Amino acid sequence: MELSALINQGNQDTRSGFGAGLLELGRTNPNVVALCADLTGSLKMDAFAAEFPERFYQVGIAEANMMSMAAGMTVGGKIPFTGTFANFSTGRVYDQIRQSIAYSGKNVKICASHAGLTLGEDGATHQILEDVGMMRMLPGMVVINPCDFNQTKAATIAIAHYDGPVYLRFGRPKVPNFTPADLPFEIGKALTLRSGSDVTLLATGHLVWPALQAAEKLAAAGVNAEVINIHTIKPFDEEAVLASIQRTGCVVTAEEHQQYGGLGELTAGLLAQHLPTPLEMVAVRDSFGESGTPEDLMAKYGLNEEAIVQAAHRVLSRRG
Amino acid sequence: MADSAHLEALCPQVRRDILRMVHAVNSGHPGGSMGCTEFFVALYFEALQHTPVPFDMNGTNQDVFYLSNGHISPVFYSILARSGYFDLSELATFRKLNSRLQGHPTTHEGLPGVRMASGSLGQGLSVALGTALAKKSNGDSQLVYTLHGDGELQEGQIWEAVLYAGSKGVDNLIATVDANGQQIDGSTDQVLALGSIGDKFAAFGWDVLDVAEGNDLAAVRAGLAEAKARTGKGKPVVVVLRTSMGHGVDFMAGTHKWHGVAPNNDELARALAQLPETLGDY
Repeated sequence: MELSALINQGNQDTRSGFGAGLLELGRTNPNVVALCADLTGSLKMDAFAAEFPERFYQVGIAEANMMSMAAGMTVGGKIPFTGTFANFSTGRVYDQIRQSIAYSGKNVKICASHAGLTLGEDGATHQILEDVGMMRMLPGMVVINPCDFNQTKAATIAIAHYDGPVYLRFGRPKVPNFTPADLPFEIGKALTLRSGSDVTLLATGHLVWPALQAAEKLAAAGVNAEVINIHTIKPFDEEAVLASIQRTGCVVTAEEHQQYGGLGELTAGLLAQHLPTPLEMVAVRDSFGESGTPEDLMAKYGLNEEAIVQAAHRVLSRRG
Repeated sequence: MADSAHLEALCPQVRRDILRMVHAVNSGHPGGSMGCTEFFVALYFEALQHTPVPFDMNGTNQDVFYLSNGHISPVFYSILARSGYFDLSELATFRKLNSRLQGHPTTHEGLPGVRMASGSLGQGLSVALGTALAKKSNGDSQLVYTLHGDGELQEGQIWEAVLYAGSKGVDNLIATVDANGQQIDGSTDQVLALGSIGDKFAAFGWDVLDVAEGNDLAAVRAGLAEAKARTGKGKPVVVVLRTSMGHGVDFMAGTHKWHGVAPNNDELARALAQLPETLGDY
């Protein structure tokens, strides 16, 4: 697949992709139930709630109860999808997830919106930048961070067919929707969006579109970048990542997350063990966020197209 | 109707199991386990409608029980084994390497009879709520039971679940609180007084049943039967079960000292002398 095939079909929020996927699941899988902690509109779960009121559980502002309830619902054959902000889906309820979902091996889908800086003006209390790291550390937890509306919808549907705990991370703002609507979602299978031989750009979530834009800029400067969409952080597609980096000899990772525990460190760990290679991370540097527009925040914290271009030039010069 | 003589015989035998299990590995929680022995015997050998073999994780058309205060795993394991979920001999592996009988109950090693890990307190009532709602959704008329420590009620999540169950009228749920008045650091009154447990649940919309003699088998059986009769009437049911920690052995009863301490050789011998081997040790 080449960039020429990937045009922006119009800006949409990834959380709406989740809502659309959940609604489709409601119509196709009677075991799917949804739980929400007073954020039905924010999570775009309202369509499911309206069409399937008997399968929608409003739990109020009580996230710990929601997570353990979801675990209990699997005993009875349900496939529960929980919905709240990413902060309240992880940090607030880590012990509930750890014991009742991950350790107990329950088939719960933890669906987390408003992840990262692009939550915007609400500020650092809600802009979780540590969630991927926390969820990655749990044995057996699948961690997915799709890049646009279509991919989020496809991922939402795909995880219902996977038996086990999943963390699905998405966001608030409207961003380019550029992957094909009919592209099947394969858990754990990295998606090469653009082939190149000079540098590998590994991007996840909201940073995938900027990585594609950065690749165009780099091409204008004579640098042929390969762009790989790491929509599944865990299990990590080590084979695809190593194969690309073997050819390019240098890599930039890009994510809307704290550098600790994120895609960058994950890649660094893999390379250190198997293929020591110059790597630059586009990530938040040991910092909380703050209030601001999503665009201003992404610029201030160095998580945009320009930051990826600069990181690519740095890593190319290190590779020599 | 359960065989009363068999139920009576189970109580000292289960207590022997508990003490021998914790003694063998010099670790575990005998006090709360012994205090809840009559409850477990009455629940698993009379009240609960369940099929041990083959074990069905989903508990379809069966009653389901969750042990929320997972540290009293010795009594749970003894009861599960003596109910036929797994072989009695497996009790000898308790807390040892590669055992399915982990220090706190877990589904992770595939032990039949356990449907959720517990140990980190405060989660079991929420879990039970989920299963109770799934049963309603599935048209499954069986009940969901839980057991909690009274000290466990200090966890905030318990009250999220108590609120939800009362507010939404989840009436296929029977929670039991082991009100022994003790926790690790001392009496619950000293550590963080709970006030009236019954009044608190009632204020949240629960039907409250107080069983004053939680170590009297007949009283516990009658209490569980009454609790069951109160289900299906729009309210969740809570049984406040007044027990004595360490009940059944004179020097272990009524103190928090044996919360998480195993008896030594001499203490075990003295304790077993007070507990007749009615059904055969494992």
